[in-house]
Amino acid sequence: MSLTATDAPIGDDVDLTEKTVEVAGRSLWQITWGRLRRDRTAMLCVWIMGFFIVLAIFAPLINHLVGVDPYTPDSSAISDNAGQPYGPWAGASRQHPLGVEWGTGRDIFAQLVNGLRISLLIAFAATVAAVAIGTVVGIISGYLGGRTDAFIGRIIDVMLSFPSILLLLALIPVLDDRFSQIGLEGNAARVLAIILVLAVFGWPYLARIVRGQVLSLREREFVESAVAMGSSTTRILFKEILPNLWAPLLVYATNLLPGYIAAEAGLSFFGIGILPPETTFGSMLGNSLSYFLLEPSYLFIPGTVLAILVVAINLLGDSVRDALDPRAGRN
Amino acid sequence: MSTSVSVYVLRRVLSMLLMLLLLSLIVFLLFNVLPGDPARLTCGKACTPEIIEANRHRLGLDMPVIAQYWEFLKGLFVGRTYAANSPDPVQCSAPCLGYSFKRHAEVSQLIKDGLPCTMWLALGSFIIWMVVGIGLGVYTALRRGRWQDKSVLGVALIGYSLPSFFIGILAMFFIVIKWHLLPYPRYVPPTEDLSKFLQTMILPWIVLAILYAAFYIRLTRSQMLETLNEDYIRTARSKGLPDRTVIRKHALRAGLTPIVTSAGLDLAGLLGGAVFIEAIFSLPGIGSLALGSVTDSDLPVIVGVTLVAAVFVIVANLVVDVLYAVIDPRVRPS
Repeated sequence: MSLTATDAPIGDDVDLTEKTVEVAGRSLWQITWGRLRRDRTAMLCVWIMGFFIVLAIFAPLINHLVGVDPYTPDSSAISDNAGQPYGPWAGASRQHPLGVEWGTGRDIFAQLVNGLRISLLIAFAATVAAVAIGTVVGIISGYLGGRTDAFIGRIIDVMLSFPSILLLLALIPVLDDRFSQIGLEGNAARVLAIILVLAVFGWPYLARIVRGQVLSLREREFVESAVAMGSSTTRILFKEILPNLWAPLLVYATNLLPGYIAAEAGLSFFGIGILPPETTFGSMLGNSLSYFLLEPSYLFIPGTVLAILVVAINLLGDSVRDALDPRAGRN
Repeated sequence: MSTSVSVYVLRRVLSMLLMLLLLSLIVFLLFNVLPGDPARLTCGKACTPEIIEANRHRLGLDMPVIAQYWEFLKGLFVGRTYAANSPDPVQCSAPCLGYSFKRHAEVSQLIKDGLPCTMWLALGSFIIWMVVGIGLGVYTALRRGRWQDKSVLGVALIGYSLPSFFIGILAMFFIVIKWHLLPYPRYVPPTEDLSKFLQTMILPWIVLAILYAAFYIRLTRSQMLETLNEDYIRTARSKGLPDRTVIRKHALRAGLTPIVTSAGLDLAGLLGGAVFIEAIFSLPGIGSLALGSVTDSDLPVIVGVTLVAAVFVIVANLVVDVLYAVIDPRVRPS
């Protein structure tokens, strides 16, 4: 049961003593999850996200089962001269559930599922990397203090003043060039470059938040007692302090993730992200521009899916933040 | 202004100069040391080994890295001459941000050309998003929990979530192409043809403002909710002050600090170019310049734009901090 003691109707046959014991034993995780469970919007978003993640993980299998693939042009689905798909809704049929792309006849559903896989891979990897770097740097800066802290603080100031979208654009050819020297080319290099730039310019803000938290945590009794017991600095940092940081980390991660999905879409939209023949939301939207007046499906399908995904993650992020807020529920 | 403020301002200016130096070093390293061969990034697809070698020599990329950085810094203050001992040296006057052999132009000139358009875009949308953001933020805070609050927040969340380029394409698709409500965007300076200018800018202004307004609604609302709970608000009310005064002079004023900070930094960030919006509405600003130079691989322009955009943010940071010290005595450190 997720009832808390304050929610229990007084006077009914509720055993208050037993409840109190249960409440006292709940961790922050359990309290948060309990609150999220009662939040209908949050649960809907969890389901939507779960659905998309499953779709992304099993993308090749799903495409195989549906009998489509994202690369093969299907000339039988489009007219010979203009390349226009036969039938309404981009020629949606049993063979091509969401229709085919104008001009090539490639299946839209397959491209969508495959693109989702690439987008989510990039967004998740970059989020994990940014959060990891930000946490480590923030903990070190906050705990060691002094010159290290001042130096890291300056670096963070400079990093935060960089226009991130601009750098994302600017550094991709640079990294491409560097990767080609070590024999990494094509989309593997692109994906790695995008993840790297997103992560490298995503951590500074988090490091600042973590630093602030660590500054107050290191004065707490449990850290003092660990120091008194002779624990090593590494142990104190990662076993005593880190476990107390997961609330801000989680909130920050749910903020980064949708931003990264949108950033990747933007890059691919302008042809600087994923290279053909792979397609993601962004490149599908970009490709659709030349004929979307005649056939809007190819614009609206990836656009709608992208919108649903990003809105769902943002909504979930809001709910997580509310659930983690100790003051929540009082108002 | 008291001495403590002057000392504070002086200290901040000094630390800003230090940051600018650090920034120039980072930008230099990112673009001159990180790539495998920077010379190859100066001429794009139609590149031959001869052009690469020529550019390498002309841009001084064959010098040691330290010497290159020194030339780069010197160029910023006193200008520099590329390929000084060749038959056709190229003069780049201070502040020399680099020279694009691809466009045969000084990078600082290219940026100067793009700046007015970017500035109009940023200023116009700034005004829209601040008015809408703060207005609706206060409105939702006062109607907290009711349907007006929930629906505004819902729309704001969608505006905040959708990528700006997607809203941009939708706007182009429906308003310009399908319904012909506005002519196809073609930028002209406002001094030349004001009505054409407004017709071109209104959509990009709104699209860009949607993105930011959503954020400012949320920020203003949470600030207002926080200050509305304070004791001095109750005091003000119990003195019999009209609601309008309480909200404007007491609640909003006290919660304005973080809003002003964000506003300053966001505006400065936009002055460095709104890449996606400028590209979609074909506005010839700094963002389009950056995007174009990335697609044709024109390294000196990329370096210059990045540097200028970051300088805007650093300077804005200083301005915001100094304004605080003047307005709010609590910020002044001893």
